[in-house]
Amino acid sequence: MAYLTVNNVQLRAISACVPKNKESNHDYDWISEKERALLIKTTGIEFRHIAPKHITTSDMCFASAEALINDLEIDRNDIEILLFVSQSPDYFLPATSIILQHRLGLNKATMAFDIQLGCSGYVYGLSVISNLMSNGKFKKGLLLVGDKSSFSPSKQDKSTYPIFGDAGTATLLEYDPAAEKMDFNLQSDGSGANAIMIQDGGMRNSYTDKSDEMVEVGPGIIRNRKNLMLDGIEVFNFSLREATPNVTDLLAYNATEIKDYDFFIFHQANKLMNESIRKKLKIEPGKVPYSLQNYGNTSSASIPLTIVTELPDKMQDKKLSILLSAFGVGLSWASASLTVTNLKCLPLIEIE
Amino acid sequence: MDIKDFINKIETEIDEFEEGSLKPETNLRNTSAWTSMHALILIALIDTEYNVTITGEDLRTITSIEDLYNIVKERTRQ
Repeated sequence: MAYLTVNNVQLRAISACVPKNKESNHDYDWISEKERALLIKTTGIEFRHIAPKHITTSDMCFASAEALINDLEIDRNDIEILLFVSQSPDYFLPATSIILQHRLGLNKATMAFDIQLGCSGYVYGLSVISNLMSNGKFKKGLLLVGDKSSFSPSKQDKSTYPIFGDAGTATLLEYDPAAEKMDFNLQSDGSGANAIMIQDGGMRNSYTDKSDEMVEVGPGIIRNRKNLMLDGIEVFNFSLREATPNVTDLLAYNATEIKDYDFFIFHQANKLMNESIRKKLKIEPGKVPYSLQNYGNTSSASIPLTIVTELPDKMQDKKLSILLSAFGVGLSWASASLTVTNLKCLPLIEIE
Repeated sequence: MDIKDFINKIETEIDEFEEGSLKPETNLRNTSAWTSMHALILIALIDTEYNVTITGEDLRTITSIEDLYNIVKERTRQ
């Protein structure tokens, strides 16, 4: 099992950014009013922020990172690593992290690279950056995580379009020998690769004339091979099956119990799925915050966005034990157990 | 667990089905209210209540609530 324990690294501050443009699922007229009401009630998603063409994931992460650096008066030369986790990069190549290193005015001594993961990306990214910082005694590091998920779903696909929102986040980490340890449990299962997939455009299936052909694959689902496809039942069962034992295994690994944690921050998939997981783990509702209603499923940004929008006052001047759990595309899933002390959450940024 | 209780739970969970409207022989997919969202609600209900996984394949092959009930009963025993 891929368990990890990381010492000497502290989460110092988080910032998140969404596009100002907001869509309401109450206006999603591809489905009937009745079906719309059921969709909102079941998924818990009412609003989603959708980026216009000129805003990319890296723009939202950049705005978040700038806010962190300025607000905390960070010396840019102290940032020795920048990690960008996303499935909506600026280009095929070069890696977006390197573009951001320059755009943020960071030193050339900065280590920068991308990780291509979606829903599970924040927890994976945190495990990688904290480990490298611990090993290299890096003074500070920036974990930039998010997606412009709206680039791919078909508007005529009720299984994807009303679910996803766009967001980009920045997390500042610091080398600190007084920091408490972080524990991780990281997993993957490629047998479910086609449960969530964009079929065409990569090296396996390059674009052809067929890529744009709209096909009706089920009631309320018309999409082409460039659009995101999502097998709802498959993903739902995967999450119910895997997320819970992943968390309980982590608790066994670090000898803690559910009651030891102040908050459980889950990837914001949809209300029905998240509530099912919460009930299976027997966690009281007050310990599980949601940003779903106002932002939808924001892919890898969902955990930091939820902390910034739902927990800022709870984090202030306090030491809290939190558990993060994320699951989805890949299939890939992971959880992290950590203690945060006076984690600074900046107000949500909106850009247009 | 009996089928009456099982049907009751479905009617309680899914607002579109009024109490007493479902019978063991009802094919949920053929009811006018049924949508793909109900499949997820049903899967979540059975998972939470009986700790049993219902797959997409199961839902495609069953033709009645009784079929579904039998699957759940069978898997609870295992």
